Amino acid sequence: MNLGSRPGVLGRVFTALVFLFLYLPIFLLIIFSFNAGSSSAVWQGFSLRWYEELFQDRLIINGVYTTLVVSLLATAIATVAGTFAAIGFYNMRRRWREPLLVVNNIPMINADIVTGVSLCLFFVASFGAWNGFVTWMENTYRLTAPRLELGFVTLLIAHVSFNIPYVVLAIMPKLRQMDKNLIDAAQDLGCTWMQAFWKVVVPEIKPGIVNGMLIAFTMSVDDFVISYFTAGPKTSTLAMVIYSMTKKRVNPKINAVSTLLFGAVLLLLIIVNVRQVRQEKAAKRK
Amino acid sequence: MSKELIRLADCTMAFDDEVVLDKINLYINDKEFLTLLGPSGCGKTTTLRIIGGFQTPTSGDVYFDGVRINAVPPHKRAINTVFQKYALFPHLNVYENIAFGLRIPKIDEKGKKIKLSEQEIDQRVMEMLQVVNLKGFEKRRVTSLSGGQQQRVAIARALVNRPKVLLLDEPLGALDLKLRKDMQNELKRIQQAMGITFIYVTHDQEEALAMSDTVVVMDSGRIQQIGTPEDIYNEPKNAFVADFIGESNIIDGIMREDGVVEIFNRRFQCLDKGFAKDEPVDVVIRPEDVDIVPEDQGQLKGTVTNVTFKGMQYDIIVDFYGFKWLIQTTDLSPVGSHIGIKIDPDGFHVMKKSEYSGMFGDYSSYSEEYEEISDVDYEPEEEGKEGGNEE
Repeated sequence: MNLGSRPGVLGRVFTALVFLFLYLPIFLLIIFSFNAGSSSAVWQGFSLRWYEELFQDRLIINGVYTTLVVSLLATAIATVAGTFAAIGFYNMRRRWREPLLVVNNIPMINADIVTGVSLCLFFVASFGAWNGFVTWMENTYRLTAPRLELGFVTLLIAHVSFNIPYVVLAIMPKLRQMDKNLIDAAQDLGCTWMQAFWKVVVPEIKPGIVNGMLIAFTMSVDDFVISYFTAGPKTSTLAMVIYSMTKKRVNPKINAVSTLLFGAVLLLLIIVNVRQVRQEKAAKRK
Repeated sequence: MSKELIRLADCTMAFDDEVVLDKINLYINDKEFLTLLGPSGCGKTTTLRIIGGFQTPTSGDVYFDGVRINAVPPHKRAINTVFQKYALFPHLNVYENIAFGLRIPKIDEKGKKIKLSEQEIDQRVMEMLQVVNLKGFEKRRVTSLSGGQQQRVAIARALVNRPKVLLLDEPLGALDLKLRKDMQNELKRIQQAMGITFIYVTHDQEEALAMSDTVVVMDSGRIQQIGTPEDIYNEPKNAFVADFIGESNIIDGIMREDGVVEIFNRRFQCLDKGFAKDEPVDVVIRPEDVDIVPEDQGQLKGTVTNVTFKGMQYDIIVDFYGFKWLIQTTDLSPVGSHIGIKIDPDGFHVMKKSEYSGMFGDYSSYSEEYEEISDVDYEPEEEGKEGGNEE
């Protein structure tokens, strides 16, 4: 068999089957989001009915709002923190850098459920200790302080923490490609370290920063499991709203909102990939 | 020319336990072209980085114009650097690369911010483009330039700040031979035109001899010799310098009295004086100072074992009593022929014994050694720099 030859009929059928298997469910979801009736099995004509209802559903709109705010804030914080973390790694001696980069990568391979449960446990345990301390203060000294519970802030912290490794991973290759002497050269020409960072390092690694930002945002929008364990009872992201809707009756609004979510994430992924291809082409031209 | 500008006093540099520089003492005069010359790992780049302010010596002091500058960061020194592989800013075009230093606001003695006007920046950048022969390249991307052109941009970017001292770290290492020769002349011309001090780091002895006012030969973190190119070639202090600069036959000898040296149990007239009577010494005989004569007229007799045609001359290896010499001659003596040689008194150079005695100067392993000598190609010193910036 020649692996370099064009695929035969069998190969093409097989490829088609794989893609069918991967995309048919999503395709059905999109189709039925435009169904006039409420059945998920019988086509009853085209309609935007579920999209209209969707935008009147306060729960869903709140979910979208929470998701957007959490994702944007988490992305911003994680991008800044991840950029400085990457520079820290870059300046480390190799014997420290390599093991620490492995540590950085572990959360990405770790199962979401483990990350979610452990973050939840961490928040609950530390808040329990704090709240116990507040109770003791009130009883003993009549001093009070706010009690802490799971909510928007813990959700945000969780998102920042799982986003940082992706940002670091996106920036490290750009730093490695950078000529080590550039920072020296900028300082030699009169820059302080900070000026050198802004004028030389940031423009050099900007493609990596933007990629990291887009990946982080996508991961945040995409996340359900970690959010589910860290958002507390009062806060819900869009993914959590959808999940809770499926618990009752399968509502065709779910199809509509999932279609929108799929479209948004797809768009982001396309942007990330197009950017990467362009950068590789630009790098080759050099 | 004689005013002292930079002084390194007992500068030691150690990374962890590895001593890279061992109590360096060196002064550099204003408007001097000084070269730090040595094999890779000798400490020359570290010395340069200490002067540039990128590294602080573990012990010892650095003075600039009489002021101690150990703790002064690079951006506050009147010194600019041309880096190995140029380190141009890839996101800026030629013009903006050169203007980079001019656009950074400077703070004067009274703490006032000084910002140059666009007009002044433009004038100075254009002036520099003229100096480095790059007029018309302003808008070009630096990544689209050839090695030689990038080199010129790097020089212009440093010189536009009107430093008192320009540091150059193996700036021609990545260029091919022809371009390297051109740039040597170019650099010398620029140095004289600008009237500033150049401190140049290289491992290429020819480059050092051709360009410098003063050459500092370094090895294993220590200065082996400081002198004019003629001094270090004609009067090497020890076997290392004699071997590193040019080709040398280095032979064990005994100084019998002033002006008389004994090698191979034979006494020769020489010009060297001031050694103790019967002091063991190293004797340097340059390959071009040996005259070939018929065997019966020679002071020494030997057998030719190897001949290489070098264009200008033949390099021949001659076996004298088991010690192999390199002799450069324009007359062909075929392999196997027996020849005699004559050496004039000024052909001998006598050196005190040193730690390097017996390590160099025998051409028994001629072929390998020749490869090593001709291998003046660029060796990146990246590996050592990993993490600690050791050389």
